[in-house]
Amino acid sequence: MAENIKLMQGNEAVVEGAMIAGLRFFGGYPITPSTEIAEQLARRLPKVGGKFIQMEDEIASMASIIGASLAGSKSMTATSGPGFSLMVEGIGYAYMAEVPTVIVNVQRGGPSTGLPTKVSQSDTMQARWGTHGDYIAIALAPQSVRETLDLTVRAMNLAEVYRTPVTLLTDEVLGHMREKVTIPEEGEIEVINRQKPDVPASWYKHFEITPNFKSPMASFGDGYRFHVTGLTHDEEGFPTNKSVEILAKLTKLRNKIMRYLDDICQIETDGMEDAHVAVYAYGIVARAARQAVQMARARRMKVGQIRPITIWPSHDKKYREIFSSKNLEAVIVAELNQGQLVYEVQRLVPKHVQVISLNRFDSELITPAQILNKIKEVR
Amino acid sequence: MSMTNHSKPDKTGASHTDSELIDRYEIRFSGSGGQGLILAGVMLAEAVATIDGKNCVQTQSYGPEARGGASRADVVISSGEIYYPKPMQLDLLLALSQEACDNYYHDLREDGLLIVDSHLVTQVPTSRCIGIPFSQLARHEIGNTMVANVISLGAICAISGVVSEAGLIEVVKRRAPRGTEEKNLAALQLGLVEGKKAKDRIRL
Repeated sequence: MAENIKLMQGNEAVVEGAMIAGLRFFGGYPITPSTEIAEQLARRLPKVGGKFIQMEDEIASMASIIGASLAGSKSMTATSGPGFSLMVEGIGYAYMAEVPTVIVNVQRGGPSTGLPTKVSQSDTMQARWGTHGDYIAIALAPQSVRETLDLTVRAMNLAEVYRTPVTLLTDEVLGHMREKVTIPEEGEIEVINRQKPDVPASWYKHFEITPNFKSPMASFGDGYRFHVTGLTHDEEGFPTNKSVEILAKLTKLRNKIMRYLDDICQIETDGMEDAHVAVYAYGIVARAARQAVQMARARRMKVGQIRPITIWPSHDKKYREIFSSKNLEAVIVAELNQGQLVYEVQRLVPKHVQVISLNRFDSELITPAQILNKIKEVR
Repeated sequence: MSMTNHSKPDKTGASHTDSELIDRYEIRFSGSGGQGLILAGVMLAEAVATIDGKNCVQTQSYGPEARGGASRADVVISSGEIYYPKPMQLDLLLALSQEACDNYYHDLREDGLLIVDSHLVTQVPTSRCIGIPFSQLARHEIGNTMVANVISLGAICAISGVVSEAGLIEVVKRRAPRGTEEKNLAALQLGLVEGKKAKDRIRL
């Protein structure tokens, strides 16, 4: 057997992906089911000159990665629901101050401390609307161990390119699951580094509003002067109350993501050309959906599959196209929660398409049989 | 791989005519926390994935306790792509506690294999059952109850053939804590022997 084949855990794949992407700082607080990420990065980071700090809590963890990122290091933290709740304040700050950061949320059952060792997808909406104020979140949801590795790299790339916090939403099953993985060769996965300023220090504006909405980012200590605050600020980073500047800043924050949906949003579809019924599922549930769709097709039922890989933001135009496929009559939305992303589907389907919610929140995975039974009910 | 009832729909709603499911073997290691069941699952999966070269997914279920409480590890093996990562209907159930046997027996296929610790599981739900006193063998033959999980791996290998002997030997060498390699390899050999004996005895 080739050397690069390994039985790898989902959480381990986050670590591999992060190291490939050039992670140099991790600040975190251990919590089941994400702990393996911190545990392994504590060993790996010092070996490449990186830093690992176990902070006093998740509020501080988020703050620490914002600081490290401003100082020029690619930074990440990992947590689960209860910790994510504490981090959302810092996520809002990172969004406002345009600091590239990656937050891995290995979801477990909630609310509150809930079910530390059980699977859930109930933070789907929190990843979108967790912090206060109007904002655009980016969140990715892998379905396999290998994809966890790939999307960790992608999350770090997106954070750097768009200067914004990015959430990787995995779950207890995926985090702890071990699967045969072919480890990518060096250079096989594209790694993107942040754009640095190429102007003299006196011309530099940390939050410059450019035609493509991307502002080069100097690090603290590079010799460029800038101010960082969570208050709404001007292009140099100083607080402003001028409506013109406020509008410009908030519009820029929106446009820098919404103008690039084609780059940010990945959606996988299968068999939608002739599908009467589509199963819409993300993350680990997409695997049950895939199995169910195979079973349905073996029974000559015309069933397709839609798998959002980028959960947020929603690429409304692309989804409308998919949901308008000629024969589509119903969409089954399978989620490990009481119904969250289903509202996004309802918002985007044509009037004649029925939306059916399939939810499970008893700590077990949705089974292919459950989905197949729903498909049969619709047919 | 046991493949009978070719078109009979099972209770998961899956029919064995589903081409995706024919090449799929599902094993559950069950018992209480602290028996090393998750590690046994991981070792089997590692042997299958990295040495035998098949596709393999290992998942687990455990409680917040470090010891005690129900614990289980599931392994799904296929030479094709594995979509659903958890078992749909078990081909083999290993139960090292009465509670695990009672709880998971209904997840086993009609023609599936039940292997129990005959010392710890005294009431078996079927005559189609292989009993081996793993914990007693570990204590008396190897001198360490901790290796009962490795003995069970040897037995599973001998009885089901779903993993290669060479693969298990390699993985036990890799995974055994330093200084315990000999004991663990002896436990594996003991399991292989006991497994062969039990298979000849039962003739399923």
